[in-house]
Amino acid sequence: MSARAWSAPPLIASPRLRYALYAGTLIYLVLAIGTLEVNWARLAEGLQRGAKFVYAFFNPNFGSRWEEILQGMQESLTMTLTATVVGIMISVPVGLGAARNIAPLWIYYPCRALVAVSRSLQEVIIAILFVVMVGFGPFAGFLTISFATIGFLAKLLAEDIESIDPGQVEAIRATGASWSQLVNYGVQPQVMPRLIGLCLYRLDINFRESAVIGIVGAGGIGATLNTAMDRYEYDVAAAIMLIIIVIVMVSEYSSGFVRKWVQ
Amino acid sequence: MPVDSRSGTRIWRRRTSRAQLGLWFGWLLLVALFVFCWRVMTEDTLWPFVLDAPRQAGDVLSRAVPPKWSYIDVLWRPLWDTLNIATLGTLLAIVAAVPVGFLAARNTTPSTRFVRPLALLVIVSSRSINALIWALLLVAILGPGLLAGIIAIALRSIGFIAKLLYEAIEEIDAKQVEAITATGAPASTVVAYGIVPQIMPAFAGISVFRWDINIRESTILGLVGAGGIGLQLDASLNTLAWPQVSLILLLIFATVVLSEWVSARVRHAII
Repeated sequence: MSARAWSAPPLIASPRLRYALYAGTLIYLVLAIGTLEVNWARLAEGLQRGAKFVYAFFNPNFGSRWEEILQGMQESLTMTLTATVVGIMISVPVGLGAARNIAPLWIYYPCRALVAVSRSLQEVIIAILFVVMVGFGPFAGFLTISFATIGFLAKLLAEDIESIDPGQVEAIRATGASWSQLVNYGVQPQVMPRLIGLCLYRLDINFRESAVIGIVGAGGIGATLNTAMDRYEYDVAAAIMLIIIVIVMVSEYSSGFVRKWVQ
Repeated sequence: MPVDSRSGTRIWRRRTSRAQLGLWFGWLLLVALFVFCWRVMTEDTLWPFVLDAPRQAGDVLSRAVPPKWSYIDVLWRPLWDTLNIATLGTLLAIVAAVPVGFLAARNTTPSTRFVRPLALLVIVSSRSINALIWALLLVAILGPGLLAGIIAIALRSIGFIAKLLYEAIEEIDAKQVEAITATGAPASTVVAYGIVPQIMPAFAGISVFRWDINIRESTILGLVGAGGIGLQLDASLNTLAWPQVSLILLLIFATVVLSEWVSARVRHAII
């Protein structure tokens, strides 16, 4: 008997599908890389600039534009906080409305539609539209982030409510409680710890977003960063990026800490 | 159980008075912070502009409808570029994220003291900078074009994929690894037969999920010059060609919905 070597079963069981996928991937790669136009001369020049940028990263310049960085940071932080609070205030009723087990159908569908619209639009595109409507500045950013928060928070809250323990709601209902008492004593205690966690997580995301939408004119540190790049002040840009990274790290760490404490 | 006794009758309360007071104080602080931030933020806001917003929105909408359908012939190539940015960027990120993920996972890293923090730093830096900011940077360094977009998407995705991957690696069943090790297999075989089959479904799911997010992100990279359909969007916005803008937005919307559907189908098939 010849020795038969064992080989691990592949991830995709059907050989026909597997080879079709391999072939498709190969054809796609050839096509995609074929249509990729790369200007090698410009790239070679770019490497030098890249080196300059890496150098700038190790020698960030906080000093010369400190006023502008401070202003941008202040806009970003205030925008993030107000937008998160307003976003949460709108998301909670929308989330209640989008939960199938406590909302009637005629409320359910509009709420779900709002969530779907908010989730499928990119923040930057929303920001562009709001800048057109209310003009440049952090107010447009505030509207953008509030709107984006609704899609995220209301969806997760609705899913949470849909998966709660119905026994507790039943028990509250059996005492003859009204709808608001039902939500307050039957639903809220079950979803609250996770909701607080989600809100903190969203605060995190919103800060990151606030750093981006400034590029299209919606205020915040992104605008400062954009200006620094336009002036080829790599050391200032590096300083701003380092500040963003540090703030994100601090907020991620502290929100993780608070979430552990809440749950 | 906190109980309030008022004129002889005992009334149930959810919290003790002290906890209640603390809670109210916390809310007060939050409201004060909100009001303060609101005042600071709206210092320079021009309220007439804000009040004018509904009229502006109506005005733009009336200009944007109907979309200029004939413009779509110009858009196929940028759309193809956009898909390429997302796909090639994701592939590049996968290649780079796998080693980072293995170095960051507690059970596979060669050294928890030196290598793991370094890998975690890579992950955090990549995650905290948005693709658009990476693109802004890379366009300045490499010049405008698709390559800047691809690398921007890759840089942002490395952290995302590596983070989810290392969490998946840390959750594997140690017994399978032990069994392979017990046969006297070298480290590479242990990884290939003990770890990889366990994380493969999660890994494929993560990659497809990120690809879906990247399609969304790559549509706007053109705003800073990194190629794709965003370039056309930027050009149309700058010339106030609203019928073109509305067509581009519709196309982006359709692409995003389609990619979300594909990713959901693939993830459903895997898991």
